[in-house]
Amino acid sequence: MAVLHRLFRHDAPTISFTLDGALCEGRAGDTVLTAILMQMDSLRTSEFTGEARAGFCQMGACQDCWVTLESGERLRACSTPLAEGMRILTGVWR
Amino acid sequence: MRAAPLIVGAGPAGIRAAMTLVAAGLRPVVVDEAPACGGQIYRQPLIPDGRTPAGRYGSEAAKAMRLHTEFAELRDRIDYRPGTLVWNLALGVAHLTRDGKSDSIAHDGLILATGAMDRVLPVPGWTLPGVFSLGGAQIALKAQGAAIGRRVVFLGSGPLLYLVAWQYLKAGVNVVAVLDTAPFTAKLRLAAGLLLDPRTLLLGLRYAAELRLAGVPIRFGVEKPEINGDGRVDSIGWAEAGRVGHLACDAVAFGLGLKPEAQLAELAGCAFVFSERDRVYVPLRDRAGRSSVSGVYVAGDGAGIMGADAAEAAGERAALALIEDRGLAFDAGRARQLESALKRLSRFRDVMAAAFPFPHDWRIADDTTLCRCEEITAGEARAAIAQFGIREINRLKAVSRIGMGRCQGRLCSGAAAELLAQETGQGIDAAGRLRGQAPVKPVPLSLMDRISEVAE
Repeated sequence: MAVLHRLFRHDAPTISFTLDGALCEGRAGDTVLTAILMQMDSLRTSEFTGEARAGFCQMGACQDCWVTLESGERLRACSTPLAEGMRILTGVWR
Repeated sequence: MRAAPLIVGAGPAGIRAAMTLVAAGLRPVVVDEAPACGGQIYRQPLIPDGRTPAGRYGSEAAKAMRLHTEFAELRDRIDYRPGTLVWNLALGVAHLTRDGKSDSIAHDGLILATGAMDRVLPVPGWTLPGVFSLGGAQIALKAQGAAIGRRVVFLGSGPLLYLVAWQYLKAGVNVVAVLDTAPFTAKLRLAAGLLLDPRTLLLGLRYAAELRLAGVPIRFGVEKPEINGDGRVDSIGWAEAGRVGHLACDAVAFGLGLKPEAQLAELAGCAFVFSERDRVYVPLRDRAGRSSVSGVYVAGDGAGIMGADAAEAAGERAALALIEDRGLAFDAGRARQLESALKRLSRFRDVMAAAFPFPHDWRIADDTTLCRCEEITAGEARAAIAQFGIREINRLKAVSRIGMGRCQGRLCSGAAAELLAQETGQGIDAAGRLRGQAPVKPVPLSLMDRISEVAE
């Protein structure tokens, strides 16, 4: 399942990354948010109620799309370009 | 030698301001959060994706290309810092962060062209995956070449509602419906805008007409929207003139106009004034864009919503004011010309506000999330207001935690002010505004380490 659907950049070079340990592929030019939501129904769970979230504003304002890398670093998915080898944790059970 | 002026934001206002300062022989620093110029309206993709400018920006392609090109031509005459956040302003120094590294810039003259974001009110189900702001839905398409769903409903008010729905239609996405929260009669007020900005008006009418021709249902006077789904949007319901509507969909784009991103003006110490039109406090400014603080200027949607064309004019006008205040020669005739253009665009904005009115009587159900970050419901906020006799929004924040999360109230403060006004019977202006705090957006703790190292 996915939230977003790709309409352009179908042939852009692929970028490998992992989502909760599973190997995935995005495309050059994807943000982390786009790459995750092309694969999954959500990109994180909320801190207090644990409900699924998938971002909202996509312009770096609402802060609803922060995810964690396995290294412990946190990043805002909508404003971070996807990079080769990123190991992303969503905390969402798949 | 005097320090260089600083421009924050490289959207239409910031670009025009930079061009104007350069033409006067100054070399401004231009700091922008995005990796490339254009702001949200003329945002560029991370890499080319095969689309032409017309394919990406539609009717606004020529404006977008002109701004991108002219800004690129400034490159060796400005100190351009893309991908950089100004997270604090204090005592004439801007604190920056880029890729986790910190920097600070002393500046002489500051033009804040910080833009806007979607204005929203909470709707049941608005935190569900698949619900995005109208601006977010547009950015997904424009900058990422992605659609937010396969069957998308567009909900809310404002010109973006029809524009983004039309853009999705043109991109081949199934637009399930346009649900306009304003009554159809409000649209009749558009007639008054025909002389002020006929081009924009006719474009809007064309979008609505083409949506209709394509068979997209457009409903007016939509009330009590409710987005349903279990972990994911699957339908939307609403009330309309005593009837109820319900449609299956897998995504909802939602917005009720725009609101200024004015946090930095607050940190710069600018006085604010309540704007009836924007229903929010905006930086006080004169016709040229001078704020209440000497040497600080505000331009574009970050100073009050006027749209991209007005942002270009306001950016140039503010830069002329900076030039004049610096004792340099400036073109007074051009300044007057820009002011009269802005006056006309402001009247057009009055028309748009009447045609796409904000739903003043929006009732937020008690069990609906008001603050997405801290997950505070409207009911919890109401209980806090009643229990502590709260009449002001910063007190409400202290007691209930609304607006205390990562977004610092960007998303919920408007709704919280509406709720306070409803509960206390005061005007929304009496609810006040959330005080701005540095950092204006989250910054990594490692950055703080480096700053204290520098301080030691």
